[in-house]
Amino acid sequence: MTLKQKKVVTAYTFLAVPIVFFLFVRFFPMVYSMAMSFTDWNLLKKNINFVGLNNYIKIFNDPVFVTSLFNSLKYILFGAPLVIIISLLMALLLNKIRKIQWLYRLLYVMPYITPMVAVSWVWRWMYQPLPLGVFNNALVALGMDVQPFLSSPSQALFCIVVTTVWVEFGYCVVIFLAGIQTIPEEYLEAARIDGASRWNITMKITVPLLRPITLFLVVTESIQFLRLFTQVYNMSFQGTGGPLDSTKPMALYIYHKAFVNFDMGVASSASFVLFLIIMFITFLQLRVFKDKVSY
Amino acid sequence: MKRVTLFLIFVCVLFTLSVSAKTTIVYWQYFYQTKVDTINQLIKEFEKLNPDIEVKQVTFPYENYNQKVAASIPAGIGPDVINLFYGWLPMYVNSGYLQELPKNEFNEKYFKDNFFPFVEESVKFNNKYYSVPTAVRTLALFWNKKLFKQAGLDPEKPPKTLTEAVEMAKILSKYDSKGNLLQAGFTMQPDGQHHHWIREVLVRQFGGTPYSTDNKKVLYDKTGAAGEVLKWYTDRITKDKIGYPGFLNDDVTAFKSQKAAMTIDGSFRIGTLNTVKDLEYGIAELPEHNGIKSNFASFWTHAITTNAQGERLTASIKFLKFITSKEAMELWLKNVGELPANPEIANKYSEDKLYGPFLKGLAYAHATFFADEVGQRNVILEAIDKVRLNNTDPSVAFKEAADKEQKILDDFWASK
Repeated sequence: MTLKQKKVVTAYTFLAVPIVFFLFVRFFPMVYSMAMSFTDWNLLKKNINFVGLNNYIKIFNDPVFVTSLFNSLKYILFGAPLVIIISLLMALLLNKIRKIQWLYRLLYVMPYITPMVAVSWVWRWMYQPLPLGVFNNALVALGMDVQPFLSSPSQALFCIVVTTVWVEFGYCVVIFLAGIQTIPEEYLEAARIDGASRWNITMKITVPLLRPITLFLVVTESIQFLRLFTQVYNMSFQGTGGPLDSTKPMALYIYHKAFVNFDMGVASSASFVLFLIIMFITFLQLRVFKDKVSY
Repeated sequence: MKRVTLFLIFVCVLFTLSVSAKTTIVYWQYFYQTKVDTINQLIKEFEKLNPDIEVKQVTFPYENYNQKVAASIPAGIGPDVINLFYGWLPMYVNSGYLQELPKNEFNEKYFKDNFFPFVEESVKFNNKYYSVPTAVRTLALFWNKKLFKQAGLDPEKPPKTLTEAVEMAKILSKYDSKGNLLQAGFTMQPDGQHHHWIREVLVRQFGGTPYSTDNKKVLYDKTGAAGEVLKWYTDRITKDKIGYPGFLNDDVTAFKSQKAAMTIDGSFRIGTLNTVKDLEYGIAELPEHNGIKSNFASFWTHAITTNAQGERLTASIKFLKFITSKEAMELWLKNVGELPANPEIANKYSEDKLYGPFLKGLAYAHATFFADEVGQRNVILEAIDKVRLNNTDPSVAFKEAADKEQKILDDFWASK
């Protein structure tokens, strides 16, 4: 064996450890769960039978599943663009200041490093009706009508979107800011010498060059909003995804099927549907953002 | 030297023999400090009486209860004796986790002689008995004496009837200038105890019967005042505005922080309420209506799993008898605050200021048969939300709830 071969073997040996780990902890359970989605596996029953596509038929005939599917889509449609746009704007503004930028960055990223359960409960209390809720007390002080917030089927989902945007915002700002700072100064200088306005520099140079970063954030944030669970579990009464299932995302539906009803078969098939949706959305986004920008 | 070694080996063998002659059984319950301590105390006494049996108690958080059991018993590593909510019995029996209690020890006569009638009905499944409780729980009306005084009501006179309760609640409710509720006259929290109150108390007080006697048919939308029951309940939220779900997050918080004048809760809440400073409260029987008294009873109960066989089964039966004895019941009331499941013991405390109203309720209490406790609860909660949030007609919502619950029951009985 030559030295080169030896090196290769050593490298693969070390790489094998995480791969084996990945196979057993990630990949194997995934395939197993896929297989289980074709069975009537229930933790409370002793036998497992193959039932074909029955579980899939069952969930698509379940109005709660369909509602949770649409809720998940609502979360991603409202949440992901909102957080991307706001954080991009803030990052562009933040890039202009130099003196205490670190302080702003720190403040913005605070919510992101706070445990989600704590965030959810604090927001839940803020959304409370009178005499407790901060928001409603503010509304009353301003002479406006109180709002039901989390107890209204039409407002609750948006309340949770706002909380999640508040959390994710700091992370996105920091990533965008890092991206902006990698843009070579020469491009901006050249544009300035050519007499380009600030607006033009931002729109024609900075934003297009941020494309790979934006793609990364769009994909990760979309997945984040699709997998939403903790917020809803803690902000709806007794973790039901209420009122009237109006905030229940797919992840919570899966959780309820698996760990409240112990219906693992149905939960597995719902998980598989969620998996397909995440994959589809990610492919779509990769497509849209495919064209590279370079100068 | 050799002799010493031999002697030591001999002693070791003897020792292991004497240890293995002891039968070890495992008891499971969820973690609740006073319950765990009481069982530990009972185990000590039991082991003194039965030196050949050793009992090990294992506890875990309430939240993981069913997951833990579902994962362990089929694998054969679970407990011999298990403590579970009576509402889960059908599910557990159906899954084959529990074994029938021996008929010579636990039969109809034994239950009729020693327990409240609803206990006998709830632990029987297909005419077989599966579990025995130590303690039971009922609901009662808690009222805040200070808030009664402030509103000019007699702090020693709680409402006796539903009509009185509503009239008082109206006086006790406080609003801001725009009509927002600041103090609730009555907590209206369906996901607390109210879904039980509606099902087993209000339905009966409005002339109905919640379920058929064989527990196979849902009747609350077909008997008595049917949908009027739900209308009565939701009108208190939407018309009288004496309280609403989620006021101060939940009913317990509202009552503890003295922002709710009346609430319906179980005897297990007394411990929590006693830790609150300056909370002066009283406990009364649930208000009656149309001259009908009713109550909802529930209990945690001990059963023997299919894991216990041979000597362990004999030991488990002995242990089960011991922890459901009259002495254990009295200890349980003193330590945990749950009511004795034996009417004879219970009657001794019927004039107790705190426990009396709960004990009186036991005489006319009903325990709901649950095929799927969570599912059946959600059905009622959903109906209330539909009426108050979507303006659905109460009788329509009640019927939809009944249909959904009927499906849960049908699925359950079909899977048997």
